[in-house]
Amino acid sequence: MSNATKSILLAGVGGQGILRASDILSQVMIEAGYDVKKSEVHGMAQRGGCVTSHVRYGKKVYSPIAKKEDVDILLSFEKLETLRYLNFMKPDGTIIINNTEIYPPSVNLGESKYPRNVVEEVTRHFNDVRVINASDIANQAGNMRTVNTAMLGALSVKLNIGIKIWEDVLHIAFPENVFKENLDAFNLGRNA
Amino acid sequence: MKRLMSGNEAIARGAYEYGVSFASAYPGTPSTEITEEFSKYEGVYAEWSPNEKVALEVGIGAAVAGAKALVVMKHVGVNVAADPLFTVSYTGINGGLVIITADDPSLHSSQNEQDNRNYARFAKLPMLEPSDSQEAKEFIKHAFEMSSKFDTPVFLRMTTRVSHSKSVVELEDRVEHEDTLAIQHNPQKYVMVPANARTRRVEVEKRMLELRKFSETFSENKIEINDTENGIITSGMSYNYTKDVFPDYSYLKLGMVYPLPVNMIREFASKVKKIYVVEELDPFFEEQIRALGIDVIGKEIFPYTNEFDPGVVQTAIMGESSHKEGNVTVQIPMRPPNLCPGCPHRGLFYVLGRLDAFIAGDIGCYTLSFMKPLEGMDSCICMGASIGMAHGMSHALKEKGKGKIVGVIGDSTFIHSGITSLLNTAYNNSNVVIVIADNRTTAMTGMQDHPATGTTLQGRKTKELNFAALGTALGIVSVRTINPFNIKETRSVMKEELSKDGPSLVLSNAPCALLRSKQDEKVTPLRIDPDKCTGCKLCLRLGCPAISWKNFEDLSDTLIQKKTKKQEGIATIDPSLCNGCTLCEQLCNSGSIEEVQTNE
Ligand SMILES: Cc1ncc(C[n+]2csc(CCOP(=O)(O)OP(=O)(O)O)c2C)c(N)n1
Repeated sequence: MSNATKSILLAGVGGQGILRASDILSQVMIEAGYDVKKSEVHGMAQRGGCVTSHVRYGKKVYSPIAKKEDVDILLSFEKLETLRYLNFMKPDGTIIINNTEIYPPSVNLGESKYPRNVVEEVTRHFNDVRVINASDIANQAGNMRTVNTAMLGALSVKLNIGIKIWEDVLHIAFPENVFKENLDAFNLGRNA
Repeated sequence: MKRLMSGNEAIARGAYEYGVSFASAYPGTPSTEITEEFSKYEGVYAEWSPNEKVALEVGIGAAVAGAKALVVMKHVGVNVAADPLFTVSYTGINGGLVIITADDPSLHSSQNEQDNRNYARFAKLPMLEPSDSQEAKEFIKHAFEMSSKFDTPVFLRMTTRVSHSKSVVELEDRVEHEDTLAIQHNPQKYVMVPANARTRRVEVEKRMLELRKFSETFSENKIEINDTENGIITSGMSYNYTKDVFPDYSYLKLGMVYPLPVNMIREFASKVKKIYVVEELDPFFEEQIRALGIDVIGKEIFPYTNEFDPGVVQTAIMGESSHKEGNVTVQIPMRPPNLCPGCPHRGLFYVLGRLDAFIAGDIGCYTLSFMKPLEGMDSCICMGASIGMAHGMSHALKEKGKGKIVGVIGDSTFIHSGITSLLNTAYNNSNVVIVIADNRTTAMTGMQDHPATGTTLQGRKTKELNFAALGTALGIVSVRTINPFNIKETRSVMKEELSKDGPSLVLSNAPCALLRSKQDEKVTPLRIDPDKCTGCKLCLRLGCPAISWKNFEDLSDTLIQKKTKKQEGIATIDPSLCNGCTLCEQLCNSGSIEEVQTNE
């Protein structure tokens, strides 16, 4: 186990299940033997605003938030949101983007444009960029609320954590009636 | 057993383990989950009080009866509770009393950024500050121990990052204490007439001396000597940020932030060459340490405003950062929070924003309506300010303000601190229309019950405050009720009431779109018929997240006919977001909004 603290940043829009995903990820890291700290936003920020959660793990973690240029993996649940956090990324960091667009109010009002070239912009600065269609996967898994587990599946490929740990944690995290759908979404995300 | 817990959950857990069985609070980010979590434990009493002053008085009563009482509020809540606070410092408590103040550096969800460590010094009370969840759980126990030992209320200060970060906590069992509850009479101690208060005042200073001594040996004030060149004096989350970037510096980590361990600080100063004081917000430690004649580096390099992070601390100490920020060439639109689709505040504030009136507003979800496109609010100072401000404005403006002043306040906020000011509008007769935006919950902080919802924090059915009867009892002659989902009715009632003399009360009644009972209702989403939409953008004036504008060139469907030469596009509704509130349908003048047809 490496001693250095690693940072994963989950970002997106209120209502996408980001806090749930970061809870699951944190629990996985605990089961894998790491010390873990994570941060969340609550309150005002949740009414459709930006949501972020930092998950940091290592031998001993102090700060629950990463500093700029220190994030190893950005798990971005919404295309545009990816751009907001690029300055947090290590130059050789990994970026996983959900190919979903959620319009901010100014775009809905026709006052600003939703940028058309997000992925191109991201790949201009970073080498390790993956785009997945988590909504399609969730649809395929039979439950639109599994977007977050699909994203975790895609993330799991980049982390060296035994699949058994993921499955066990998912099993505890979800009630029996939706566990299967979430596990399917996770595996589809993993293979996407 | 180990568990990942937020700081707030850990406080609740720690209180439970310590045998605390009484809590009173008013919700407020970032403190809310402490009371919610505590209330779920077996055998405890926990309540939402109507405001923080009441919550503290309730806690004092319980403590004087011998209970260990936990009182929880956000930083600005302490302003509301300040009156009893400063005097309970004199009386002391009998059982145990711990007051949680949850501060919000960076104003994530607050109207100001006050540093409540100043209250500890001002009210002469000890204050502890944990840096993570494990400490939060331990410090709440220390706080209760100190409270009993020194017969004093004790502050425990949280900040948003400690409250809402999660870290690993080791769980322990609850300890049961022997029952010390009893009615005890001690008027010299608890009746704060001047003669008694003068005596107690001296006791406070004695207690301060003892607390100062105690702070020197308190186990959570810790010196770590590593590199003797650079020393850090810090507390709470700032410790983690600093330790993250400067693991090899020496540290004096203060678990007790007031009173300070003077000898310990001197000892630390003698062991390191240079001292940085790392503290968010005010130079609270810095000024006290400088007053000891010890030279430190503080606010000349660290910001006064906003929360820190490891980067802020590193940049302050090491000089300019090397970040190559701003290399993204794409314009990134902001994403401010917004009222939900189907929110009852939307229709009300659509109407208010279009009245020729000053809308004295208040705090709650509805405050978001000050933004474009609703622009339905002109002021928001603190909870309850709307009604008093409207009244003051009416008397100052006299004829100039007639028919032009509205005060608007949420149901929870009205109960918190609007009732006395509504009474004032009747007593000192002003020409205002006061609107209670009653969505039957405290939505902003996550749907807490309050005295008008008919349910308590612990889920018991109870009496429901009747706003109309209350208004009448306070002396308001004209009390009206509106359905904010009916724009015409809302507009005409507002205009009628504004034209009357004397204060009126308008009850805008419709439950929050997120209320669980509401979510069970079947909703029929609406759609916009692209062949009828004229692209007039009237529906966009609602700022509904479910409605969006599409320029023709961005549409894949090229068959849509332009209805006018100038038409640039059409509005569309996302059926997965729409909950069929019909406000847009009421605004549409081309008849293009209709229910989505389901083939059932
Ligand atoms: C003194 C104080 N206590 C608590 C808060 C946190 N707070 C802000 S608004 C609010 C209540 C909002 O409820 P309501 O008035 O019913 O409006 P809603 O959000 O439901 O629209 C609370 C608890 C605060 N800002 N100030």
